Amino acid sequence: MKRMFGRLAIAAALLATPTMLSAHRQWLLPSGTVFSGTDSWVTVDAAVSNDLFYADHQPGRLEGVKVWQPDGSPGQIQNGSTGRYRSVFDVKLDKTGTWKIGMESSGFMGSFKVDGVEQRIGRRGPPRPDAPPPLTIADIPANATDVRVTESVGRNQIFVTAGEPTTTVLKPTGTGLELEPITHPDELVAGEAARFRFLIDGKPAAGLKVTLVPGGKRYRDAEGAQELTTGADGVLSITWANAGMFWLNATATDNRVSNPRATERRMSYTTTLEVMTP
Amino acid sequence: MRPLHLALLGGVVAAPAAADTVTVTIPRLNVAEYHRPYVAVWIEPVGGGPARTLALWYDVRKAGNEPGTKWLADLRAWWRKGGRSMTLPANGVSGATRAPGQYTIPLPANLKPGQYVLNVEAARETGGRELVTVPLTVPAARGRASGSHELGAVTVTAR
Repeated sequence: MKRMFGRLAIAAALLATPTMLSAHRQWLLPSGTVFSGTDSWVTVDAAVSNDLFYADHQPGRLEGVKVWQPDGSPGQIQNGSTGRYRSVFDVKLDKTGTWKIGMESSGFMGSFKVDGVEQRIGRRGPPRPDAPPPLTIADIPANATDVRVTESVGRNQIFVTAGEPTTTVLKPTGTGLELEPITHPDELVAGEAARFRFLIDGKPAAGLKVTLVPGGKRYRDAEGAQELTTGADGVLSITWANAGMFWLNATATDNRVSNPRATERRMSYTTTLEVMTP
Repeated sequence: MRPLHLALLGGVVAAPAAADTVTVTIPRLNVAEYHRPYVAVWIEPVGGGPARTLALWYDVRKAGNEPGTKWLADLRAWWRKGGRSMTLPANGVSGATRAPGQYTIPLPANLKPGQYVLNVEAARETGGRELVTVPLTVPAARGRASGSHELGAVTVTAR
């Protein structure tokens, strides 16, 4: 009985992969990234789906959405609403400069054994009202064995400019996987090359795997995804074939975890970039 | 003609007494809902360098629910090349939108000699957007190009 339970638990633990690794893509889609005038508002869709930018699966969760004003101080979202497949919110761009809007997620998932019985920590998918709260990494007892815990850290950010672009919100924080734009993300033009540097804990991420997918999949046959890699200097150069919205995602794995009971850190950085016609 | 010829041979920069002139044609369009276009005219050096706006026609009304500046970014190339840095209204440069017809804009007399590109961009409400470029050599700037839907002929001639 105990052995069968153990086998089932192992099977369940193997299925408990962090949501970040699933095929579904988390995305923020702003109505635009370049604004003029004195009363600019951007409206942003937030959703999780396979196809970009087609909301058919899960709405984004608005609780964690943060806004950075051009000077770096916190801003706010307004008129937030969560529907069946898509959340939406507005940001009033009442100061000129480049704003950052995004969300961060972090969590621990994995399993451990106590007296041979395997237990899981973390939770896969959105919260279910009937399920008991999942165990956390702090619940792992000192005598636990076979501790296999992955720390998942994700950032999803977009950049929106009212008036002249600024760079304050582009400055890297120095922790985790992040983007340090060389080309300003709100100055992308079809036919021109853009350069982006990726950093892990403040250092250039060489050989980083980056996926670039154009929106509008419904209106063409090919998925259109490109698998790119950063150079030795952590820099990715992209020449845009055409104008439109593009989803970009970079992932990396290392073992520089923030909790000593975790064994692996999986990082993800996502952004949506608008490319304009020349 | 003779003074120009001597100037080219001698390598002397001839500062023209009268400015070279840009003529922009806004076409008459047969559409059900017509709005006069936003138009920006600017000149930029070929090798890269700051763009200089020569004319900007937009809805200059400030009051109301949606001031005209809201759509300046629809002039996408102009906005990116320098329009967004401009303080508006700009005396002698910006003004109200214009009806279909031909309009002349003088090239600045103090342009440094060299290769330039003259840009004319138009964006129309419930209509399209078009960018017409004319390569120019200063001094003695001459050139001609034409749009196909939102702009007509753009010519640069001696005054």
